[in-house]
This record gives sequence, C-alpha cells and structure tokens, in this order.
Amino acid sequence: MQIKILRQKNRITWMSGILIVIGFIAHFGFNNVTIFNTTFIIASILGVAPIAIQAYQALKVKVVSIDVLVTIAVIGAFLIQNYEESAIVTFLFLFGGYLEQRTLNQTRSAIKELTEIAPESALKQIEDGEFEEVDVDDVDEGDILLVKTGAKVPVDGTVLTGEGHINEASITGESEPVSKREGTNVFAGTILENGTIQIRADRVGEDTTFGKIIELVEEAQDSKSEAERFIDRFSKWYTPAVLVLAFIVWLFSRNTELAITVLVLGCPGALVIGVPVSNVAGIGNGARNGVLLKGSEVIHDFSRVDTILFDKTGTLTVGNPEVAEKAYYGSNIDEVLGYLASVERESDHPLAKAVLKDIGETTFSTVEDTEVVKGGGIVATVNGHRIAIGNVALMEQENVTLNEQAEADIWAFEKNGNSLVLTAVDGKLKVLMGIRDQIRPGVKKDLQALKRLGVKNLIVLSGDNQGTVDLVSKELGLTEAHGHMLPEDKAAYLQKLQAKGQIVAFVGDGVNDSPSLALADIGIAMGSGTDVAIETSDVVLMNSDMSRLPHALGLTKSTARNMLQNIVIAVGVVIILLASVFFSDWMNMSIGMLVHEASILVVIFNGMRLLRYRLRGHNVNSDSVN
Amino acid sequence: MSKATISLETLSCPSCLQKIEAAVKGVNGVDAESVKVMFNSSKVKLDFNADVAPIETIEKAIEKMGYPVIKSKVKSA
Repeated sequence: MQIKILRQKNRITWMSGILIVIGFIAHFGFNNVTIFNTTFIIASILGVAPIAIQAYQALKVKVVSIDVLVTIAVIGAFLIQNYEESAIVTFLFLFGGYLEQRTLNQTRSAIKELTEIAPESALKQIEDGEFEEVDVDDVDEGDILLVKTGAKVPVDGTVLTGEGHINEASITGESEPVSKREGTNVFAGTILENGTIQIRADRVGEDTTFGKIIELVEEAQDSKSEAERFIDRFSKWYTPAVLVLAFIVWLFSRNTELAITVLVLGCPGALVIGVPVSNVAGIGNGARNGVLLKGSEVIHDFSRVDTILFDKTGTLTVGNPEVAEKAYYGSNIDEVLGYLASVERESDHPLAKAVLKDIGETTFSTVEDTEVVKGGGIVATVNGHRIAIGNVALMEQENVTLNEQAEADIWAFEKNGNSLVLTAVDGKLKVLMGIRDQIRPGVKKDLQALKRLGVKNLIVLSGDNQGTVDLVSKELGLTEAHGHMLPEDKAAYLQKLQAKGQIVAFVGDGVNDSPSLALADIGIAMGSGTDVAIETSDVVLMNSDMSRLPHALGLTKSTARNMLQNIVIAVGVVIILLASVFFSDWMNMSIGMLVHEASILVVIFNGMRLLRYRLRGHNVNSDSVN
Repeated sequence: MSKATISLETLSCPSCLQKIEAAVKGVNGVDAESVKVMFNSSKVKLDFNADVAPIETIEKAIEKMGYPVIKSKVKSA
C-alpha cells in the first residue's frame, strides 16, 4: 500500500494540481465555497499522503527530514481549517520535487553519457566452440570472446586471432583508429571499426581501464569537500532545530498559523542540494571534454593554483625528436651515412631513431664488435673501419680532434637547443647532427590562456640539457626553466615551492613522475588513461592534448565560483524568508513554499550552466570523448 | 562478505541519503561501516554477509523507504 502510493507520486501531483484549479474556478468564477473547500480538502489529503509516508519512514530510522516538517505543517494548517494553505503547500512541495528530479537528471546527463558507453554484452565461446551472447558481467578472466565489426570490445584483453582497426577514443581520447593484430592489447569500451577478432579476457568489469575511469568519475561526483561535509553535519541538526523553533514560537505566541509557517520556511532544500549540483555538473562537463577531475576537493584546490610545473618530455614537446641541423666534414659522406645507419639500426635509443629517419634509404653494411659506451654513445666496426657515434665526450675519449669549424658548429647547435650526435670514422669527425624535439602545435596559445586565467608561474623541469630547456622556455614564454633534473630533483623542487606557500600543479605523463604527481597540490596526468596516471593523479587529461589544460583550469574556477553562488543563494533565501515571517505581514505558508521550491530550482539551473561551460576565446580540439 | 552495488531511481533530495543510509545500516548482516549512498550516481555501495542478509532483504529495506531499486550487482569476495 505504502509503496503503491509512493509509486503514484507523479499522478497524485497532477491530480491535486487539477483539484486546486477546479477549486479556484468554483470559488472565484461561481462563488461556490462548498466546492472550493471540498476540492481543497481532497487535494490536501491526497497530496499529503506520500509526504507523510516518507516522513514516517524517516522518523522510523530516527531522521528528521524535510518531509517531517512539511507533514506537520500541512496537518497543522488542516486542523485550523486553512485548506487553501494545506492544499497549495503539498502541491508545491510535490511539484517542486518532480521538477527537481527532472532538472537533476539534466545536470547528471554528461556523466550518464560516459557510463552508457560501457559495454553490456559479449560473445563468449562456450564448450562446443560456438559463440553465445552473454551479459558482460558473466565474462570471467581467461574467457575467449569474439568481437565483430562495429561492436564494442567488452573487456581488456589480448588479441588471439584476426585483425582490425579499433577506435580507442573512449580510453585515450584519440579518434584515429589503431591497428590491432595477434598479441596486441585491446581495451573495454573501445570500438572495432573493421575486421573481426577473437580475444582472451585479461581484465573484466571494474578492473578494466574503462571500468576504472567510470568508477573514478562516479566516485568523484559524489566526493565531498570539507565545506560540504560541514553542510551535511549542519543540516542533520538544522531540520530538528527548525522543528524546535516552530514549537517555541507556538508556545509563546499560541499562533498555530505562525508556527507552521516557520516550519515550511525553515526547510533547508537549496542549501543541501546547491553544492552537489555544481559539483556534478562541473565534473560532467570535464568528463565530456576529456578532463577527469577527481572530486570536489580537487576542484577547490585546482581553482586556486598559482604555479604549474611541466615535465618537458611528452607534455610541451611532441616527444618525437628529429634531426634539425647537420654538418658534414670531408668526403665520402654517403658512405659514412651508410655506416652510421647500419650501427644506429641496431640501437633502440630515441636519438638513433631520429638519425635513421633523417638518413632514409641507404646501403647497410654488417656491423661487428658493437660496444655501448655508457653516457657516450656506440663504438663499432663496419667494413674494417672504426666507427664512433656519440657525444663530444665520446669523441675526446676516442682522441678525435675537432677543428675550428667543428667547434663553432657544435657551439651553435647546442645554443639552438639540440642534442648532438657526432660520427667519427677512423678517428676523424665526419658528421655532426643536431637533434631536437618539436614543440607541440598550439602549446604556446594554451600557456597564454593559463596565464590569463591567473597562473603566475609556468615552470619547466626536465632531464634534458639546460640549452634545450632554455630554448623551449624562451619559445613558449615560460617563467623559469630547469634542466638536468632527475625525478627526485623535481620532487624536491616542488616541495621547495610549496614551502614558499605556492599552490603547485604538476603536469606529467604519469609514468616517470609519480612522486611529483603525488606530492603536488594537484597532480595532472597527461596522455592516455594509464592505470598509474589514474591512480596517482588528481586530474587526468584523457589525451595528450594541452588545450584541455586551460579548459580544465577555467572549468574548476567556474565550478568553485558556482558552488559559492549556490551557497549564498540558499542561505540568503532562508534568512530572508525567516526574517520576513517575523517582520512583515505578506508572508504565508504558500508563498514560503513557492520561494523555497523556486530557490531549489534556481540553484539547479545555476549549476546546469556549468554543463555548457567553454573557455572564452579558446578552441579545444574537437575530437573529444563522445 | 559480499560486495553489492545497488542502483536506484534518481535521488533528488539529499535528505533521502540519510534515510536510505539508516535503513540499509539497520539490516542485520550489513557492515554498517561500509554503507555508502552516492547522491549523484544514485547508487548504494555496501559490504554484507549474504548468509545473514540476502540481497533481496536489503533491496526491500530500501524500497520500503520509497526508493525503487533498478538493479543490484553482487560480487562475492
């Protein structure tokens, strides 16, 4: 019976609304007070039923909820035969609740979109070798699954047979399809755009990368900041306090009307809902734009950041070094380049890759006696020649004399921020290559946007040589640049800044820089959603796109502001209402309920603005997670 | 101990949280410390002893408060 009434809440709301309208028409149109009273009595009883049931349930578990306040108020109004008030108040309360639910769904829509990408079913191999469609919850690790063109990969796994292209935008934010074949890893929530593959399930459900992202976002939207926990504690005592206040008012004034009006006006609705609404809308906006924010505490801290530290590799630069400058000395250069390529072909050093790419097609020769000189380079024998490839230190060690021209080139190349690769054949310098990393397109604009948002210090910390770091810094207009830094140096530097009272965000790739990410007030992981990044950081930028960073910062600032606005609105409304009941004569229960419900809708709508937040004058690359 | 995630219909009033939390904690066999009602995702997460309190009992306790359960996911540990 009780559950049935609660299920019919929406219908009851409409019915009592219609009854109220009929009552008013009868009263003012036909001057019929009997119909007026009858309809309002029915509307009151009908309307108060679901509220009273909820109040009773709440009291049973020793909670004084808003329902309790409203129920007592309505019964009180009914007893003093003010049917108009009792009917209208119950209707407004129910109707307000209905609108709240509808609008709240809106604020939560962005996160819902994300969770709805989660795969629901899988084609699992059963005993006879056939594949059968099962619920994704019924897939266990080690199961063999079939994924067809257009389908979602249901779990994290390894490709056993077949090949195809997969769109991994839901994990990496990268919409360019990735080729998959036997032995490669696939991720849950990604989409097989062509081909058919069979995979072995390695991680299922919440253990998958996508599962972790969803869990993170879900936990984040319900995480509570210190302020919110305070409001929670406050409202736990606030509602009973209103009840006591109303009773005291009644004791002294013997005015039931006034006492029940206090009950309605004191409802704390907008206060408790204001902050969570801003929070969920802000985090939802982030999730939609490839920015994962881990909760409202993060939003609060991030919005106050004044220093951002960058780890150069892979954040400001492409992370893909290229030969930018080169110089040749003496003759037979083609032959030398062939030797160089032959040796570098066997190395997996990133600079070697850049060298090979630059040389392109050439004749390869057999390489013998390869010896890696730590901190120097490689020495090997090719076609009977002794080949030394490496930095200046290696050349000195090999007794290669550098003539004046070479000295000048080396100085110039280094000044331009290059890493040097020298090649000597039989003790004579032949080739000098300057290799450097390219700055990511658009980064400069992004950094300027950060400055406009109020970040005072933009500092790069890098393991590269000071020349390289200085150059990047100069080109991008950073405030400071420090080279030759090991991960522990970066962490120490960060703590030094924090000791000076700065609020520091650290942007890293989440793999080499876990200590700094964890130590920073805000750890921001760039790049694909790797497990480490998700766990150690506070903010995850879903792909390596720097343009997300200004959006993230602007968003947290707006969200923090939005929360404050909502608190001010909520507290202000209650103060004004309570003041006006004592100091004015126009205030009554119905107006109080109307203002109260309206204030709830106002804070929800205010929060909803965050869903549409975009950084003004700044374009985020369009291939977001969608 | 089993872990359950119970999805509810959209929660709209934060005071519902207190009610649901109290109701779930009141079920014998539920680890009171573990009960977490999530307002925005409209979910309840908890640890419970399935032998003492089958998931249906917990669902019923929530529905009796007036909050329909959409689905429950139970993971036995």
